[in-house]
Amino acid sequence: MSVVGQLFLEFALLSFVAFGGATALLPEMHRVVVENHHWLDDATFTHLYAIAQAAPGPNVLVVSLIGWEIGGLFGAFATTLAMCLPMSVLIYLLIDRWESFSGKRWQQALSLGVAPLAVGLIFSGATLIGQSAGFGVGGWLLLAAVLAINLRLRGLHPLWLIAAGAVIGLLGLV
Amino acid sequence: MPPETVPASANPDLKALFLGFSAVGLSGFGGVLPFARRMLVDEKRWLTAEEFNAQLGLCQFLPGPNVINLSVLVGKRYQGVAGAIVAPLGMLAAPFAIVLLLALLYDRFGSLAPVQSMLRGIAAVGCGLLFATAWRMGAAIKDKAIFLPFTAFNVAAIAWLRWPMPSVMLAGLVLSGGVAYWKLGRQ
Repeated sequence: MSVVGQLFLEFALLSFVAFGGATALLPEMHRVVVENHHWLDDATFTHLYAIAQAAPGPNVLVVSLIGWEIGGLFGAFATTLAMCLPMSVLIYLLIDRWESFSGKRWQQALSLGVAPLAVGLIFSGATLIGQSAGFGVGGWLLLAAVLAINLRLRGLHPLWLIAAGAVIGLLGLV
Repeated sequence: MPPETVPASANPDLKALFLGFSAVGLSGFGGVLPFARRMLVDEKRWLTAEEFNAQLGLCQFLPGPNVINLSVLVGKRYQGVAGAIVAPLGMLAAPFAIVLLLALLYDRFGSLAPVQSMLRGIAAVGCGLLFATAWRMGAAIKDKAIFLPFTAFNVAAIAWLRWPMPSVMLAGLVLSGGVAYWKLGRQ
């Protein structure tokens, strides 16, 4: 099968477990793209994540970048479509049903039950980016500072932090 | 959905849906959800605050990109199938083009040392923001003593043991959902 076809299949499968969105999928995308297929190395994977962070748009666009690096323009279309299409179709068909079940005990249980798992996925995604980036002491200090600042100062736009990170990185401190 | 829950002034056509969601996609850095809320609830009044929370709840429960799923629902509501296609397209088209432009630059200049240092700095910030998101989501969970162990289980299985995510999520969902079901019955 062509790389583009493989990309589409792999990412369509991933979309069904993307509880918490594309960010939550980072560990599994890393497994598929870096460890299983050796399509990208650790450094490129981290760089693509950084580019997606610095660009406007939904978080899901990190998969477009991954698709682009592996399969060019068609690769980018394949991964993006594969990530968005299956659940979009499903949610289109499910919404009326779901609303008619609102308040049912099993529905509340599912919503309650999935939340802690989604937190775990995001946390794992952050851990994985930290590992594959291979940050030095400066990188981890910057990371901790961003965590503290973002939790304390909710009003501060993340773009300022990203710009600061770019400058600190340019100075060779990370 | 009963008609009286539809805000009176709202009846966007396909063009309005496309443009509205384009604006949201382009204004969001590090997640577009707050911008989606501002556009849908405060500015255009395509959804009431309660509707927004309810529909977002479903989108957050289901896998897949939350804001894309949300745009599908809003598009469907106002323009049926065509709306459900046009709204997510609006959200994605312009940012997709921008990201690919950046990818072209990366392919050209990405091997330069200063570019790599800069990207490492941005990655460190992005990583810190991710930990902050996880922290906040965790803090919002009720009954932490019961549910946070499932978070720990997930992190151990996926980040540390590197077990495959589909099976981990399936097992986690059965266990965590089961506990939630049992807890709901006792209230």
